[in-house]
Amino acid sequence: MITVLQFGGSNCDRDAVRALDHLGIDAERVWFEDGLPADTDGIVLPGGFSYGDYLRAGAMAARAPVMAEVRERAAAGTPVLGICNGAQIGSESGLTPGAFTTNASARFQCEHVHLRVENADTPWTAAYEEGDVVEFPIAHGEGRFEATDEELARLDEEERVLFRYCDAEGDVTDMANPNGSAGNVAGVLGERDTVAVLMPHPERATLPDLHAGTDGQGVLRGFSH
Amino acid sequence: MSLAEADRELVVAELGRDPTPTEEALFENLWSEHCAYRSSRPLLSAFDSAGDQVVVGPGDDAAVVALPDAAGEGYSEEWYVTLGIESHNHPSYVDPFDGAATGVGGIVRDTLSMGAYPIALADSLYFGPFEREHSRYLMDGVVEGIGHYGNCIGVPTVTGSVAFHEDYVGNPLVNVACVGLLNDDRLVTAVAQEPGNALVLLGNGTGRDGLGGASFASEDLAEDAETEDRPAVQVGDPYAEKRLVECNEALLDEDLVRSARDLGAAGLGGASSELVAKGGLGAAIELERVHQREPDMHPLEILLAESQERMVYEVRPEDVDRVAELADRFHLGCSVIGEVTDGNYTCTFTDEAGETETVVDVSAEYLADGAPMNDLDHVDPEPQERDLPDVDLAAAFEAVVGAPSTASKAWVYRQYDHEVGTRTAVGPGGDAALVAIREADTGLAFSSGAEPNWTTANPYEGARAVALENATNVAATGARPLAAVDCLNGGNPEKPDVYGGFRAIVDGLADMCGDLSVPVVGGNVSLYNDSASGPIPPTPTLAMVGAKAGYEAPSSAFTGEGTLLVVGDGALAGEDAGLGGSELLAQVGGTDRFPTLPEAPAELVDALADVAADGATLAVHDASHGGLAVTLAEMVTDDAGATVTLDADASAAELLFHEQAGRAVVETSDPDAVREAFDDVAPVAEVGETDGSGALSLTVAGETLDYDAATIRDLRSVVERELE
Repeated sequence: MITVLQFGGSNCDRDAVRALDHLGIDAERVWFEDGLPADTDGIVLPGGFSYGDYLRAGAMAARAPVMAEVRERAAAGTPVLGICNGAQIGSESGLTPGAFTTNASARFQCEHVHLRVENADTPWTAAYEEGDVVEFPIAHGEGRFEATDEELARLDEEERVLFRYCDAEGDVTDMANPNGSAGNVAGVLGERDTVAVLMPHPERATLPDLHAGTDGQGVLRGFSH
Repeated sequence: MSLAEADRELVVAELGRDPTPTEEALFENLWSEHCAYRSSRPLLSAFDSAGDQVVVGPGDDAAVVALPDAAGEGYSEEWYVTLGIESHNHPSYVDPFDGAATGVGGIVRDTLSMGAYPIALADSLYFGPFEREHSRYLMDGVVEGIGHYGNCIGVPTVTGSVAFHEDYVGNPLVNVACVGLLNDDRLVTAVAQEPGNALVLLGNGTGRDGLGGASFASEDLAEDAETEDRPAVQVGDPYAEKRLVECNEALLDEDLVRSARDLGAAGLGGASSELVAKGGLGAAIELERVHQREPDMHPLEILLAESQERMVYEVRPEDVDRVAELADRFHLGCSVIGEVTDGNYTCTFTDEAGETETVVDVSAEYLADGAPMNDLDHVDPEPQERDLPDVDLAAAFEAVVGAPSTASKAWVYRQYDHEVGTRTAVGPGGDAALVAIREADTGLAFSSGAEPNWTTANPYEGARAVALENATNVAATGARPLAAVDCLNGGNPEKPDVYGGFRAIVDGLADMCGDLSVPVVGGNVSLYNDSASGPIPPTPTLAMVGAKAGYEAPSSAFTGEGTLLVVGDGALAGEDAGLGGSELLAQVGGTDRFPTLPEAPAELVDALADVAADGATLAVHDASHGGLAVTLAEMVTDDAGATVTLDADASAAELLFHEQAGRAVVETSDPDAVREAFDDVAPVAEVGETDGSGALSLTVAGETLDYDAATIRDLRSVVERELE
C-alpha cells in the first residue's frame, strides 16, 4: 500500500490517490498524526500548503513526528516521492539536497512547463529515455531550487538531478526556467535513488480524461518497480 | 453606526420595551441592506428559480442543483452540485489582499454548509481604468489575495472575468462564485431541525475583527475609507479554512450534522439567528462559552465579530462529544454555545463574577424577516442615440484587441491554481471552463461575468446580453445550461437614476434567464457601491453552470483545416447593427444603440451546444467583448490562421466591432451540418477558410488587415507587459 500523507493544509493528497489508482497502484490517504501504517510500501508527500506555509514552505511539516518515521523508512529503502509542497518538506527534512525558495517572479505560477529527463536510470524515470522532453504542470510560489555551486557540481557528478526545466526542444535555457531554479533543476534524488522530490506535478499529468497529457505517469510508476 | 430611528421605533413596538444595546446592534446589522436586501428584495421576484433540477433554491447558504441523469433523461437523484456567489466589494477597496481573500473563504464555507465539497471557483473582477496606478494596486492585491486563499485551500479557480471601466475608480467589485459537489446522502440545509439539539461553534477563535461589516457594506464608501474602515475588514487564514473543509467532510462522513450555517455578515448573531428562524424555532445561547482569541470581549463583540473560518452546526446531544473529537483532530476550536429551543432567540452572558445578564431576547423570525422593505423612487434609463466618430479600421483593430478589458488575462489566472483537484478538463482563457465530475460522468461547464460597457449603454438590454453571453460560453463547450446564480452590484439606491438602472439590470437578467429556461437559483445583492467619484455601472455578474456527457470540448483556437462560419450574427445577415456598449466606443468615444439580440436565444444556445459536440466541429469560440475582431484574433496560433471576409450592409466598424451577444465563430469540416442545425434558429454566415499560416488576413467591406500570431500576441499581452 502506498501511503499518501495528509498534513493539515495538504491539498493534492486526493489527486495523488486518484492518479495512483488510475495506474492500478493501491494508495490511501493517511492523516499525518496517525503515523505510517505497518503495510506502507511507499510514501507520497503530496502538494499543498502544509501548516499554511507558515514560517517557510515545508518547514513545519518537516518537524512533525511522522517525518522521523519517513526518514527511517527512506533510509531502509522504502520509496518516497515528494511533490511540490512535498518536495519542500523533503528538502526541509534533509531527505534530499538543496532548498526550495520564493520564485524569481515573487508570484505564484500555475502553468505547464517542459522538463528534460537528466537521468533515466532511476525508478522514477525508468519509463523515459535520458534527454526525453516531457510536459508537466507546475503550481507553486516557492519552487526556486537553491544550492551552492559545489552542491550543484556534486549533484551532477552523482547523477542525482532527475529533471531540468527546458524549452520544447529540450534546450535548458534561462527563458525556459519558470522560477529561477539553480541549474534549472526541477527534481532531485536523495541519498538513495528510491527517494526523490520534484516541484512539477506528475499526478496532474496522469489522467487521460483531462486532455493535459499523461507524461507524469512514468514518475508515479516508480512505486511499481 | 446606529439603528435608524424608524427601525428603532418598530423594534420598540415589537418588543414592548427599549432594545438592549446588543439587540440594537443586532437589528442594525441584520436589518442592513447587506443582510436584509431591503431595496432589492421587492425586485428579486422577477427571477424564476424553479426547475426539475432545483433541489434547494434561493435563501439558503448556497443553491443545490441535480446533475443530469447519466441516461440523459431527467436529473440524477444521487449527484448534486451547489452554486453560490458573493461580493466582497468594499473590503477589497480598503484592503485588497485580505478583502478579496476573505470573499473566497466566505463562499467556500457557504458550500460546506450544504454538505458539499468545493470543486471550483470563479472570480469576476471590475476595476477602474488599467492606466491608473491605483487600479493596478487594487488589482494586484485582489488577484494575490484570491490566489493565496484559493490556492491554499486547494480549490481551483477555473474561470472568471476582469473588466476595467472609469466608474469603478472609487469602488472596485470582487465577485466570487463557488461550485461544490455532493451526493444526496450528504445534503444539509440551514434549517434548524429540533428543539434540544446543541448548537456547536466550530473553527477559529472569535476576536474583535470585522465588527460592523454588514453595515459597512451597506453605505457608500467614504473618502477616508482606507483608514477609517479598516477595522471592518476581516483577515483570513486559509490554513484554518482548509482544516475546516476537511473537518466538515469528516462530520458528514459520520452523519453528525443536522443543520449548518457559515458565519459571515453579522457573525454568530447572524448565522445562529437565521438558522433557527428558518426552522421556525429559537435558541438559547450562552455567549461566554464561545472560544475566544482575545481577552475581555464584550457580549456584543462576541455576537457580532466577523472573525473568519467559523461554522455553526446543529448537533444531536449524543453526537456532541464526537464532533468535539473531530474538531480536535483537525486542530480546530469547538464550543457548545447553547441549544435550539422553541422559544425566542436569547443570548445570555455570564461574567467572571458569575453574574448572568440576558443581552438578547427577541423572536428569531422577527429578527430575520422583520425588516421593512424600501419603496424607492426610480428613473428609467434613457437609451443611447447614435453619435459615431470616424474610425480608422487598422488603428481601431489594434486599440480594441490591445485593450486591457479584452486582452489576455493570463497574468491573472497564472497566479491561481486552476488545476488542483485534477478535474479541470478545460481551464481559464477560453469561453467556459469544463470540470470533470467523474462521479456522474458529467462535464460541468462554468462561466462567470458581466460587461460594464453593455450595462452602461443600456442596462436592460445589456443585462439580457450578459445572460445570453454566459449561456453561449457554456454552449461553446458542448454543454447545456443547467442553472445560474447572480451577483447584482449597484450604486446608492436612494439615487433615483441609480435605482432605475439597477431595476433594469434585474429585469434584463431575469427576462433572458427566463427565455433560456435557466433557473436563477440564488445570488447576492451589493448596493451602495458608490463613492466620491460616483456610482459604479450597474453590474449584473452571472455565474452559470451547464452540463454535458464526458469532458471533451472543441478547441477555442483554429486548427487550420476547416471552413469558418459565424453563427447568430444579425449584422452579417443584413440586419441593423449597433455599436452601443462596444469596446470600440470605449476606445474612440461616441455612443450608439445597443445591438438587437437574437429572437430565439434558447434555440440558438441549444443548436450551438449540438454543433460544439459534433465530431466535424474543429473549433468554437464565443464572440462578444471586442466583437469579431477580438474573437478571430484570439483563435490565431503560431501554426494556424485564417483568411476571412466580412461583407454585409453594415459599416466595416460595425461588422468587426459590434458586440451582439449570442454569436460564435465555428471552424468545421462540415459547414452544411452547421447550417442545418441553425436552420430557422439563427443566421449562419460563411466567412472564410482556416489554414496553417499562423496569421489572420481580414477583409472587411473591401479593406484588408493582416496580422500574424506574434503581433496579435503582443497586442493581447498588454496586462502582463505592463504589470511585470
